[in-house]
Amino acid sequence: MKQHLRTAWKHTRRSPYQSLAAVLIMFLTFFIATIFTLAAGGSQIVLRYFESRPQVTAFFKDEISTQQIDMLKAKLVQTEKVEETKFISKEEALAIYREQNKDEPLLLEMVTANILPASLEVSIKNITDIDQVAGIMKNDSIVEEVVFQEDVVEALYRWTGSIRKIGIGLISVLSFVSFLIILVIIGMKITIRKSEIEILQLIGASNAYIRAPFVLEGIIYGVSGAVVAWGLSYILLLYATPFIIKFLVGIPVLPVPYYFMLIVLGIEMLAGLIIGSLGSLIAVRRYLK
Amino acid sequence: MVKFKNVTKKFGEEIALDNVSFEIEKGEFVFVIGCSGAGKSTLVKLILREYLPTEGTVTVDSTDLLNLRKKEIPDYRKKIGFVFQDFKLLTDRTVFENVAIALRILDEKKEDINERVETILDLVGLKDKKDFFPSQLSGGELQRTCLARAVVTDPDIIIADEPTGNLDIGIARQIMDIFKKINETGKIVIMATHNFEIVNEMSKRVIELENGKLISDKKKGKYHIS
Repeated sequence: MKQHLRTAWKHTRRSPYQSLAAVLIMFLTFFIATIFTLAAGGSQIVLRYFESRPQVTAFFKDEISTQQIDMLKAKLVQTEKVEETKFISKEEALAIYREQNKDEPLLLEMVTANILPASLEVSIKNITDIDQVAGIMKNDSIVEEVVFQEDVVEALYRWTGSIRKIGIGLISVLSFVSFLIILVIIGMKITIRKSEIEILQLIGASNAYIRAPFVLEGIIYGVSGAVVAWGLSYILLLYATPFIIKFLVGIPVLPVPYYFMLIVLGIEMLAGLIIGSLGSLIAVRRYLK
Repeated sequence: MVKFKNVTKKFGEEIALDNVSFEIEKGEFVFVIGCSGAGKSTLVKLILREYLPTEGTVTVDSTDLLNLRKKEIPDYRKKIGFVFQDFKLLTDRTVFENVAIALRILDEKKEDINERVETILDLVGLKDKKDFFPSQLSGGELQRTCLARAVVTDPDIIIADEPTGNLDIGIARQIMDIFKKINETGKIVIMATHNFEIVNEMSKRVIELENGKLISDKKKGKYHIS
């Protein structure tokens, strides 16, 4: 193993531009993969955050009884589409209003609990059921008005889906290109070392012995490209963290847990190993045939 | 140990070897002579299992080469030492590394490799040039390196295809002395050559080929130039 690694490293050093091209394409693939993984993961957290907030709020008419509210709650729970309901009384609504406007004494003076409506905040299990749940609430006679944030969540859904699709598409194409480039570069190196391979075959080297340094060389390209791409993405993420936190106030997207980044590194190293070894394996197989 | 039985080798319509039969026993030194195109290299390549006979059988150490599967060829070749006219050395490796590679293929221990390579380089007189690259060596030194690589694994059979072809007679004699020493340890040496001086001086078994046919096989043969 040690001697094969030494030979692979020698091959890598002796044609630096080919090696650089191979590492760069692997780097590009994994850099984009990391960025899209982080973006997809982040948007998923944002989406979950919005999903976990009450998405539908029903404001009640005045003079309604607790019994009527409980009946509406029961009707909603029966649909099995509701995660959670929370009743906000007129007094609680006033407290929230006061908290939100504590710096505006004029606004506070004019408002009493009587003019604020009681409400019911509803979280839905699956956002696609929002229309149905809102409809039940609207049709109830005790409800004055129903407000829901369908647009925000739907837009977020679309975005998350698009990020995922574009990411998967781009990573697939780049992985295939990386694989082809490794295949071509290793193929060129085999052609250069044709006589060396012939000599090794004549003195009894097995195909596995001849193949090993080339496969290791492919692995060196794949794994080093993955590690460099991961490292650079992580540095960029750490640099951008304060700006992102400021932009997404209150949404717990950052900091990205270090174990998540380590998992990403592990997966990318494995993918680099597979792409690199497979590319070189096919190149050597074609020659040794 | 090496047996050719009615071996014919054709390349298309061209006949390279024509119904050749002979046997070589353990410890023999055999010259295969003949002019260019006589079939010497084809014979060597048949033993190397680079070619397969069109007809007949080639048996080496009770292995019928016709039945040898592709994946068994490396193991078969490990049992034979080869010396080539064009040396076939790895140009980016030192003398030591070129010789050691034959043992590395066998997955020998590093300490054993070092010890055996040193011993063989001493035998062929290249101990002081072990760190030289092939481009820094003379023709005789290159051939001695090639010879050291062939014998370092201690094979029972050494095959040489025109090993003195690129060397002057003085250097060729030195190389032949080493071959002689190797043969004295009980190993078979099969040498294809058209160097008549060497053949006549050595007075060993001579198999003569002409247009692919075996025309003579003498125990203490001579190379007569017509």
